[in-house]
Amino acid sequence: MYNSSTQFFDSDYESKTARFLRLLHIDTVLLAGLLLLMVAGLGILYSASDGSIEVVQGQVLRLAISFAVMFIVAQIPQQTLYIWAPWFFALGIILLVLVLVAGDVGKGAQRWLNLYVIRFQPSEMMKLVTPMMLAWYLCEKPFPPKVSALVISMILVILPTMLIAKQPDLGTALLVAAGGMFVVFFGGIRWRILFGAMFSILAMIPVLWQFMHDYQKQRVLTLFDPESDPLGSGYHIIQSMIAIGSGGIYGKGWLNGTQSQLDFIPERTTDFIYAVFAEEFGLMGAIVLLSLYAFIIIRGLYIAASAQDSFGRLLAGSISLTFFVYLFVNVGMVSGILPVVGVPLPLISFGGTSMVTLMAGFGMLMSISTHRRLVVK
Amino acid sequence: MPYRSHVSNHSYAASIFKFRALVAAIICLLMLGGLLFRLAWLQIIDYAHFADLSEHNRIRLMELPPTRGLIYDRNGVILAENKPTFHLEIIPEQVEDMEATLQGLGKIVSLSESEIERFREQLLVHRSFQRISLRSHLTEEEVARLAANRYRFPGVDINARLSRYYPQGEVAAHAVGYVGRISVSELSVINEGNYRGTTHIGKTGLEKYYEGELHGKVGRQKVEVNAQGRVLRVIDKVPAVRGNDLVLNLDIELQHIAEDALGDLAGAVIAIEPHSGAVVVFVSKPGFDPNLFVHGISHKNYNALQHAIYKPLFNRAIFGQYPPGSTFKPFLGLGGVEKRVIEPDEPVYCRGYFLLPDDDTERKYRDWKKEGHGRMNLSSAIEQSCDVYFYELAYRMGIKNMHDFLARFGFGEETGIDLLGERSGLLPSAEWKKEKQGMVWYPGETLIAGIGQGYMLATPIQLAVATAALASRGEKIVPRLLKEVHQSLDGSIRTREPSRTMIKLRDENNWNIVFNAMKNVVHGALGTARATGWGMKFKMAGKTGTAQVFGIAQDEEYDEETVSKKLRDHGLFIGFGPVEDPVLAVAVVAENGEHGSKMAPIARRLIKRYMEKYSTRPASNNKQADNAAEGSITQASHVH
Repeated sequence: MYNSSTQFFDSDYESKTARFLRLLHIDTVLLAGLLLLMVAGLGILYSASDGSIEVVQGQVLRLAISFAVMFIVAQIPQQTLYIWAPWFFALGIILLVLVLVAGDVGKGAQRWLNLYVIRFQPSEMMKLVTPMMLAWYLCEKPFPPKVSALVISMILVILPTMLIAKQPDLGTALLVAAGGMFVVFFGGIRWRILFGAMFSILAMIPVLWQFMHDYQKQRVLTLFDPESDPLGSGYHIIQSMIAIGSGGIYGKGWLNGTQSQLDFIPERTTDFIYAVFAEEFGLMGAIVLLSLYAFIIIRGLYIAASAQDSFGRLLAGSISLTFFVYLFVNVGMVSGILPVVGVPLPLISFGGTSMVTLMAGFGMLMSISTHRRLVVK
Repeated sequence: MPYRSHVSNHSYAASIFKFRALVAAIICLLMLGGLLFRLAWLQIIDYAHFADLSEHNRIRLMELPPTRGLIYDRNGVILAENKPTFHLEIIPEQVEDMEATLQGLGKIVSLSESEIERFREQLLVHRSFQRISLRSHLTEEEVARLAANRYRFPGVDINARLSRYYPQGEVAAHAVGYVGRISVSELSVINEGNYRGTTHIGKTGLEKYYEGELHGKVGRQKVEVNAQGRVLRVIDKVPAVRGNDLVLNLDIELQHIAEDALGDLAGAVIAIEPHSGAVVVFVSKPGFDPNLFVHGISHKNYNALQHAIYKPLFNRAIFGQYPPGSTFKPFLGLGGVEKRVIEPDEPVYCRGYFLLPDDDTERKYRDWKKEGHGRMNLSSAIEQSCDVYFYELAYRMGIKNMHDFLARFGFGEETGIDLLGERSGLLPSAEWKKEKQGMVWYPGETLIAGIGQGYMLATPIQLAVATAALASRGEKIVPRLLKEVHQSLDGSIRTREPSRTMIKLRDENNWNIVFNAMKNVVHGALGTARATGWGMKFKMAGKTGTAQVFGIAQDEEYDEETVSKKLRDHGLFIGFGPVEDPVLAVAVVAENGEHGSKMAPIARRLIKRYMEKYSTRPASNNKQADNAAEGSITQASHVH
C-alpha cells in the first residue's frame, strides 16, 4: 500500500516519542511542519510589529490556545464528528441568520454575535462545519454521486456562503464555498460536470459583478490598475509590491526592511505580513516558506488518502485544500495578482479567530490520521 | 444515525480519491509554482524598479533654509533681527476627538470663526498625517498656557519659526526696508534653488539691495522618513550658511534726533560724512511700521498707507524731487567765480527786481525782498540769499555753463547710493529742453534756474552729496548706507573703499569764499539762518532755501485746511560743520515747511551730537567747553 518513496510520511517506522504522541492522537510529521511554520511566523511577526514583545506574547498566547483546541479536537473520534455534523450545520445556519438580524457591527460588516461572555463569529465555524456537512451527506451516497445528490450538495454549500457574503465577508465566504466544493470534488463528481460547472461560473462572473458592493468592485479594479488610486485603495497593493520587489533575491535582512520598519506597508502584522517577510528574506525566503506550506498541505492530503473511510477522507482532503486556498489567496493578493480580500496568511498573520479555526481543522486531520486503528476495516 | 461505511463501492471510491488527491497535490504545487514565478518576477526582473521606489519612499531631500543676516547700526544697535514666532498646528491623525480638541483649544487661545473655518477646509484637502496650521503668531502668554495644557490635546503641536522683526519700528524704515513673502514675479528672477524652503525676500530698502548678502546659502539634508512623513534619521547633511550681517553707517540715535526734529512734517533729512560718504542719518517722513509687511499686510492697513495724504510708503530721500531753490546759490556762486564771469568782490546792485537786457517786454524778475538788498557781493548775496545777484550771475554764466558746473556736483544724475530706484532729479539745459519739449531755451528760464526754480529738480540725497562735496572741498563721494559686511562663514569683515570723484577748482581759495559766505548765513548779522547761529559753540556753514509750491495735482482732493497747508512753500536747508574741518554734511527738505531757516536747527543738532559722539581730535577740549557753554545757556533759559 505504501510506496517506499513516501517513507518520510510512513507511520510504521516511528520513534518512541512519535508512538507516545500517537497515543495522544498527534500526528508527528504534521506537528513538526506546523511548529516550524509557527516559529518562523513569530520571527516575522516580531519584525513586522516593530520589535514589539507584547504583540509576540499575544500571538504566543493565541498559538497556545489554538494548540489546546487542536489537541482537544484530535481526541474526538471521526465517528463523533460524523454524528455531530448535521447538528452543527443546522446550528451554524441559525447563528448566521441571527448575526444578520441582531449581530454586532465591526469594521463595517456584521460578523459578530455578542454572547455576553464572548463575542463569537459564526462564519468562522462554518469553515469547518460546511465541509463536515458535505462529507456527512456525500459519504452516505452511492459512488459516484448522482445529479440529485450534487444539487443538494450545491444547496448545502451555497446557503452558508450566501449568508456570509451578505455580512459582507467576502474572504470567509470564499473559504467556506471552497471547503464545500473540495468535498464535492473528492466525493467523485464527474470531470465533465466539474468542468461544465467551472465554465458556467466563469460565464456567471458578469452577473456576480452586478451583485458586488462598490468597495468590492473597487478592489478588483484596483488589482488591474493600482496606480489609478495610489493613495486610496491602490495604496496597499503598491506599497506591498514595492516591499516584495525591493526585497530582491536575498532580501534586506531580518528587521532591516525599510518598507516594513518605516510603516509603509499597511496591515503589516495581519493580512500583509507576507510583504514584510518577502522584503526581509527575498525570493530565497519565499522558496523556503512556500515549501514548508507545501509540505503541510501534502502531508494533509496524504493523511486524507490514507484515511480508512469516506467521511474522514473527504473531510481531511477538504481541510488540506482549504489551507492551500488561504495561502494562495493571501500571497496572491499581497503580490498583486488577486484582489484584496481579507484572508490572513495562515498561522503567521497576527490575530485570533482564524488561527483557532485552522488549528481545529488540523486537530480533525490528526484525529483522522490517528484514530484509524479503532476502525475495523 | 449510526456510523457505517459503505463497503459496496468503498475501494473504488478510495482509489478515485487517491487519484484526485494526487491531482489536487499537483495542481497545488503548480499554483505555488505560479506564485513563485510571480514573486520572482517582482523580486528579480522588477527588482531595480521596486528598489528605487522603496528608496524614494524612505529617503526625502529636505531643504534647510538659511537664517537671514541681521542689520545693525554703526554702534551695534539692532535694526533687523529674526524673532521666533509660534504657531499652533494640528496633526489630524493623532487627534482623538477633533470637535472636543477645537473647543478645548478655543478656551486657551483666541480662535476666530474664520480661523476655524479655514482649518476645516484644510482638513479636507490634507492627508491625515500632515500638519495643518490652526493659529499663527501666538502671544507669549498663549504659548505658556498651551504648553501647560498640552497633555490634554494629543496631536496638537506648537511650531516655532523665525520671522523678521524690526525693533526700531518706523525709525529708519525707509533705509532698512522690509521683507515680505516671495511673489511670483520675484520667483522668476531669483535663483530658485537657493530659495527652497525660504518664504521671505527683501522687498524694499537695504533688505532688497543687499538681498544677496543677507539671504545666505540654502542647506540640504537627506533624511529617512516613515510612512507618516516623520523624520527618523538624518543620512546626509549639508548645513545652511546663514546670511551675512550688515553693519550700517547709520547712527540710530542721530536718526531719532532727526526724525523727532522733523516732527509732523513730511520730508527728508540726510547726513553724510563728507570724506567717507557714510550716510549717518537717512530720514524720510512720514514713515511706516515695516513689521506690518512681514506677515502680509492687511488690506485695511495697506489702503490706509496708500491713501494717507503724505504717502508714508514714498521714500522722499531718494524718490522725492524738489526745486532746490536758494540752496543752489552757493554752488552757482562758486561756478561764477570759477568761470570768472564775476569777481567775488564785484558789486551788484539789488533794487528788488532784475530786468533782462535787450528785453522789450520789460518783465521784472523780482527779488523775494521787495525793496531790494542794495549793494551786494558774492558773500553777502549768499548770506542774505539775494535773488537779483544770482539773476545777474546766471545771465552772465548762461545755462550751458551753469549746467556743466552743477553737473560736477552730481546734480541731474543718480548719486549711486546703495538703494534701488533712486531718481536723477533734473538739471536742465537748452539741449534737454529741445529734446524733451521741442522748444528753444529762453533767457528768462536761465534766470529762474539761477535761483534753483523752474525746471530744476533735486532729490534730498543729491543735495546732501553736493553739500558733502562742498564741505570736503571737492570730494564728490558715492553715499553709502552700508559700513561693513560681517561674513557668517569665517567672521571676517568686508568693507568697501569710499568711491569718489574730485572736483578740481581753478583756484582752491574759491572754496574759502563760499565757506565764509555760508558760515555767515548762520553766524552773520544778516544771515538767513542767524537765529540758529545764536549761542552755537562751533561754526556751521549753511544755506536756506524755499521752494514755491505752484499748485496741487488735479487728481488730489483735500479739504480746505489741507489745501492751504499743501500750498505752503517747501523749506530746505543744507549745511555742514564745523567749518574749519567739516565732519557732517546735512540736507533737510520739509514739504510745506514754509522756510528753510526753520530747518537749520535740525542740521545744527545733528552736527553737534555727532561731534560729541565721534570727535576724537584735540577739539575734545573744545567739546567740553561747548558742553559747559551749552549748560550755562540751559541754566539761563531756566532763569527766564
